[in-house]
Amino acid sequence: MLRLLHLVTKLVALFISGLAVLSAVSLLVLSAAPAAARAEPSPERQAELRNLLVQDCGSCHGLTLAGGLGPPIRAEDLEIKPVDYLAYTILNGRPGTAMPPWRPFLSDAEAVWLAQVLKAPAD
Amino acid sequence: MNANERKRMRDQVAGLRVNRRFLLFAVAATLTLPPLVAGAERGTGDLGIVVERAAGSVQVIETTGNTALKRVEGLGDLSHASAVFSRDGRYAYVFGRDGGLSKVDLLTARLVQRVQQGGNSIGGAISQDGRLVAVANYEPGGVRVFDAESLKLVADIPAEYGHEGKTSKVIGLVDAPGNRFVFSLWDAGEIWVADLTDPAQVRIEKHRNIGRNPYDALLTPDGRYYIAGLFGEDGLALLDLWHPQAGVRRILPGYGRGEEPLPVYKMPHLEGWAVAGGRAFLPAIGRREVLVVDTTRWEEVGRIPVKGQPVFVMARPDGRQVWVNFAFPDNQWIQVFDTETLALVQTLEPGPAILHMEFEPRGEEVWVSVRDADRVDVYDTARFERRASLPADKPSGIFLTARAHRIGL
Ligand code: HEC
Repeated sequence: MLRLLHLVTKLVALFISGLAVLSAVSLLVLSAAPAAARAEPSPERQAELRNLLVQDCGSCHGLTLAGGLGPPIRAEDLEIKPVDYLAYTILNGRPGTAMPPWRPFLSDAEAVWLAQVLKAPAD
Repeated sequence: MNANERKRMRDQVAGLRVNRRFLLFAVAATLTLPPLVAGAERGTGDLGIVVERAAGSVQVIETTGNTALKRVEGLGDLSHASAVFSRDGRYAYVFGRDGGLSKVDLLTARLVQRVQQGGNSIGGAISQDGRLVAVANYEPGGVRVFDAESLKLVADIPAEYGHEGKTSKVIGLVDAPGNRFVFSLWDAGEIWVADLTDPAQVRIEKHRNIGRNPYDALLTPDGRYYIAGLFGEDGLALLDLWHPQAGVRRILPGYGRGEEPLPVYKMPHLEGWAVAGGRAFLPAIGRREVLVVDTTRWEEVGRIPVKGQPVFVMARPDGRQVWVNFAFPDNQWIQVFDTETLALVQTLEPGPAILHMEFEPRGEEVWVSVRDADRVDVYDTARFERRASLPADKPSGIFLTARAHRIGL
């Protein structure tokens, strides 16, 4: 029993450090971009990005982002996932899975903005 | 009861009788609602539907005058929706992404029934005898089969695999001769053939290790060969339904020749109609190419370089041309190729985000959905001129009733 508890704590710790490493990596990648790149996209671009999210991300994640070939990515599904980690996934995709890298079409700032929209879709 | 009261009662009863007669009349009238075109009975051979994916509606269209007749609403989330038709061409069964199965009457333009059959579905098929409608589900992974008349569940086939009771997302569901349904398991890499001759006792034949992540499949128009495209590796899996005991064969192994594939922004579709003149035309996943395959030896006989990553490769019904549309970011283009010479015949740019193409049954015209322009266009396939253009709200799939009489769509 004790041993099991020990294993569980170890796993949790591993998971947390994994997340930390991942977000550190993404921070590194993202912070390499000049500060200006972190600015909000223009209103027209925001409209384009919202359309991209519904239509093109929607073709795998579902129009309402409730899941399809890709997993659900509604706000409630992403609660524990940091914005930078999501932006990193969007920009680089997940090699070995169907999630493609969107870097050819999105700037770092746009990916961060999209990740924020995913986590707080109301505004 | 005095005389007055008695009279009042008599009057009320008579009133009831009149009312009842009127009611009967009203019921009869609604049962024989006039067809869509007022004052004229009509057939359904030139009807179809256009899916409006975001609005959750479909438009009933007709291809004789190329017009939209009516809109039917309330069908739920229709991203990636597809449809099949009853054998009399009157009803469309629409499969929505949200797991809804809707039955639409094309003649009265009404939603006659809708069941929430799963949480997340991808498409469906209607059986050879027209009595069963099957739906492929991502969540919960499997296939559910419904009575075509009542939409009551008649069989549930969970796509369980491995030893831990996991279920797989199901894709590439088609109907096959012998009242069978054939489908593939995305997570498991399996092809299953389900015999629904007796829906109470479904017989399932499983083919395992067919390749990694089958993403869609086609049945050749004669109903003999089932071909699944693989996302996880180069190549396709082929099952000969005349000789299923011979097992699944890998065809076109390593068509990418080890080159790194491009990232895929939209899964291609394999549809039963890109088989023409003894050759099949298939989208190469992660490449800007259409693969040309000989359908007797199932070997590659050519490749056509195209403008982007192909999504649909559709043969005109006479087989002389194939029309190709593309994934983001090349989805404003359509290219047309000659199936004999493989030469490029025409490049069209109908507008932003071409999602689907549907040929009229004899192939003289093709319907094209231009999602981001909120339009459906009709092109002449000989002169490549636009014949009609109809407003539609974020249109995706276009389905014509001629599908009712084809195997494997
Ligand atoms: C071709 C299919 C496809 C498209 C298009 C696609 N995704 Fe994905 N996405 C996936 C898959 C599959 C995964 C799961 C990868 C894995 O197994 O780790 C995923 C994972 C993700 C994740 C990580 C979720 C998590 O819980 O960690 C995010 C965030 C995401 N996608 C956002 C997007 C956005 C934003 C777009 C559009 C710009 C998009 N995706 C377009 C297939 C797709």
